[in-house]
Amino acid sequence: MKKKRILYSSIITVFVLLLSPTYVFAMHVMEGFLPPAWAALWFALSIPVLIYGMKSIKKQTTNNPNLKMLLALCGAFAFVLSSLKLPSITGSCSHPTGVGLGAILFGPTATSILALIVLLFQALLLAHGGLSTLGANVFSMGIAGPIASFLIYKGLNKAGASKSVSIFSAAALGSLVTYIVTSIQLGLAFPTEAGVLAAIMKFVGIFAFTQLPLAISEGILTVVQPIGNI
Amino acid sequence: MKFKLVQKNILLVLVVILLAIVPLLINPNAEYGGADGAAEELVTEIQPEYEPWFSPIWEPPSGEIESLLFALQAAIGTGFITYFIGYSIGKKKGSEGLAK
Repeated sequence: MKKKRILYSSIITVFVLLLSPTYVFAMHVMEGFLPPAWAALWFALSIPVLIYGMKSIKKQTTNNPNLKMLLALCGAFAFVLSSLKLPSITGSCSHPTGVGLGAILFGPTATSILALIVLLFQALLLAHGGLSTLGANVFSMGIAGPIASFLIYKGLNKAGASKSVSIFSAAALGSLVTYIVTSIQLGLAFPTEAGVLAAIMKFVGIFAFTQLPLAISEGILTVVQPIGNI
Repeated sequence: MKFKLVQKNILLVLVVILLAIVPLLINPNAEYGGADGAAEELVTEIQPEYEPWFSPIWEPPSGEIESLLFALQAAIGTGFITYFIGYSIGKKKGSEGLAK
C-alpha cells in the first residue's frame, strides 16, 4: 500500500511538474552572493547551534561509543547524496541534502556538524556554495532542514505512521524546507521593487518546483538506506 | 520476509532512477547546466548593481577536475557506507556464532 502511495504520488508529481517549466537553480548560496551584513547574521545564528551540536555529539558518543559508527554513516550518506547532481524536470540540475537520516537518528543540532563538513568540502574543493555564505548554508541545510525532518519524523511516529512513511516524509520535506529557507535568505537580501515577500515568493516558486522530484528521490533513498542495515 | 525487503528496496531505487531519467526524456534540449549561474542571473536581475564581495579562494581548473572531486566525494561516502554494512553483517554473524 505504502509503496503504491509513494509511487503514485511520484507519478502525479512528475505530471504536475510537466506543466510548469521554470528556471535553473542551485541549492547553496553562492560565494559572495550575500551582502556582508546578511552573511554575518546567518553566521551569528548558526554558530551557537554548531557549538551545541558538538556538545550533543560528544554527549551521545560518550554515552554509547558504538554510535560513532552510525554517526559516521550519517555523514557518509550526506556525502554521497550531496554529490549526486540530479537532473530535474525543469531542465536543470540540483542535488539532495542527505541530512535527513542524521536528523532522525541524532537530532538536528548534531546534524548541523555533518552539514558543516559537507559544505566545507564543497566550498573549498568544488567552489560550490562558499565560505562567506557558509553561515547561511549551514543554517538552511544543517539547521532548518534537519529541524523540520526531526519534527516531522517524531510527529508522524507519534501519530502511528509506519517507519517508512515517517522517514520518507521527514527526509523529503526537510529537503524542501532547506530550499525554502535558502529562498528566504536570498529574498531578504535581494528584495524586488514589490518588497521582500515578493522576492521570497519569486525564489520559492523557482526552488520548490525544481527541487520537488529531488526531494522525493531523497526521501526514497533515505528509506532504502536504514532498512538495508538493520 | 527477507526477500520482500530486497524487493521493496529494488523497487524504491528504480523509482529514483526513473525520477532522474524522466526529465531527460521529457526535456531533451534543456541545458542541465550548473545551476549557480542562473541563481546569479536572478540576483543581478533584481539588483543589477550588486557585485559579489568575495570570490572562491580556489576553483577546480576544469570540468574534468571538478568531476574528479565530485566522484571523490561520492567515493568517500560510498566507501564508508559499504564498510559499515560489511561490519554490521560480520558483527551479527559473529554474535550468532558465539550464541551457538
